Amino acid sequence: MKPVLEVANLRVSFASGTRAVRGISLAVQRGETHCLVGESGCGKSVSSLAIMNLLARGATRSADILRFHDTDLLKLTERQMAQLRGDKLAMIFQEPMTSLNPAYTIGSQMAEALTRHRRISRAKALDRAAELLERVGITAPGMRLAQYPHQLSGGLRQRVMIAMALMCDPELLIADEPTTALDVTVQAQILRLLQTLQRELGLALLLITHDLGIVARMAQRVSVMYAGEVVESASAEALFARPTHPYTRGLLECIPIPGASRRDAPLGSIPGVVPRIGPDFKGCGFRDRCAHAAPICAEMAPLQHAAPNHDYLCRLPPDWPEAAAA
Amino acid sequence: MSLRHFATGLGLLIVGIVLVAGLLAPYIAPHDPFAQDLMKRMIPPEWMDGGSALYPFGTDQLGRDYLSRLLYGARISLLIGTLAVVTSGLIGITLGILGGYFGGRVDDVVMFAITCRLSIPLILVALTVVAFVGSSLTVVVLTLGLLLWDRFAVVARTTTMQVRTLDYIAAAQAAGASRLHILTREVLPNILSHLVVVATLEMALAILLEAALSFLGLGVPPPLPSWGLMIAEGKDYMFFSPWVIMIPGIALFVLVLGINLLGDGLRDMLGTGRRV
Repeated sequence: MKPVLEVANLRVSFASGTRAVRGISLAVQRGETHCLVGESGCGKSVSSLAIMNLLARGATRSADILRFHDTDLLKLTERQMAQLRGDKLAMIFQEPMTSLNPAYTIGSQMAEALTRHRRISRAKALDRAAELLERVGITAPGMRLAQYPHQLSGGLRQRVMIAMALMCDPELLIADEPTTALDVTVQAQILRLLQTLQRELGLALLLITHDLGIVARMAQRVSVMYAGEVVESASAEALFARPTHPYTRGLLECIPIPGASRRDAPLGSIPGVVPRIGPDFKGCGFRDRCAHAAPICAEMAPLQHAAPNHDYLCRLPPDWPEAAAA
Repeated sequence: MSLRHFATGLGLLIVGIVLVAGLLAPYIAPHDPFAQDLMKRMIPPEWMDGGSALYPFGTDQLGRDYLSRLLYGARISLLIGTLAVVTSGLIGITLGILGGYFGGRVDDVVMFAITCRLSIPLILVALTVVAFVGSSLTVVVLTLGLLLWDRFAVVARTTTMQVRTLDYIAAAQAAGASRLHILTREVLPNILSHLVVVATLEMALAILLEAALSFLGLGVPPPLPSWGLMIAEGKDYMFFSPWVIMIPGIALFVLVLGINLLGDGLRDMLGTGRRV
């Protein structure tokens, strides 16, 4: 099946010389949730902005392939790209408290999302907005449409953001940490909502997160990012069952498992921070923090296959965890 | 009621009264402000010796009713203040938003323009322009409008810079909004409260500058009853009839005070994050 979004060798660099994204590749299928996971500063958000061509001034992107269905996003003019954004390609941001314009009512902002792309009357657009608000679980949508963002709680606002993103029936939804700013209960509700919507509408969902709990719950496919590279890419089951890259293993060791983690045993952690990657960086970005680093890691990090559709970027052989345990 | 509320209310009251007086001048003025009567020159105001109830604020050196001239003068002051603010607001806000939003080279150009404007001596240039082009209401409005935009530009620029980085701007971009839409519908409404405050301050300044220009004989041409012009015409008589400069002087002072109080009040009401 042809993927909805196909990205190959996407690179982003900033004017300062920092290489924020260094050749990531991923594909998102219709009806699939693809999680892009990694710690702060690894380039997750920059990648999503690069796909939407919304990078700040001073950032340049390049890619071998950047395709949405059959449209080559690299060849689109800014005007053509703007027509696609919010229409077939929608995005939800991290911070629901500031993602809505305080100067307009919910209804006017939602209607605008539709009238911008479709020839449709405002009244019809408002009807659709009310319908979607109901769908994302907001009671009394008619009342909410007339309210301003400051009258809504964080969870409500994020629901509004999701409903707004759905106004034009998008085929791809990019959600950049959509639940980070919310408390755990609301977070669970929003995630459930996203899952339901995705199932019903057949959305392709690119979910960006740093929370492996969310990944385990939502993802069919996972790309683990580190220092601007996808260091491991696999189906969700394979990744959790057989994490192969030392970074992925390190991440998983950081999560306590009720019952399985011993009391008093220190929780795993990965010392250090993500390095800044300059133009002449060579080798593996993780080597300074890796317990298995060898001299060759400063030269190269080869792409290896642990299984079909399970790739990782490391010198270690696929069976190294077993070998290390033995 | 706190002192602050009282001050804002007072400002609103003053501006309201002057506005009504100016608007209704043709109906409430007891006499024709241009009608001269040399037999009735320099009649003192009603409350002084020799005053007459017929001329509550007395008459000027040409026998024109001072109250009527004062009322019509309010129109001139408000008209010039408003038009100058609209002109300078259009220029300043446009430049400020462009500079603040696009940054980089655009911002350099805008900052250079602001710096240039700030180094222009206001009164001197206004005098020169009016002296060359000749004085008329239009010239005064345009001159002031073209000279008073700097504060609008500075405030619009900094507030735009703050708003630009907020998520709803990025969200609007991600929703496919055009640049023009983002500047006019996303940015502008959110910086408007700051600009309203600037507008009141600039209006007070424009009214004072008009009075100054008129006093120097280069503002509104006579016989239009501008308050500044009234002071200028009265200055030869101020020793024996001080009211001829005191009355328009006090009117000017009270109006400018009122506008400034209103502006301060608006700043308090709109300023600190009323909306999240």
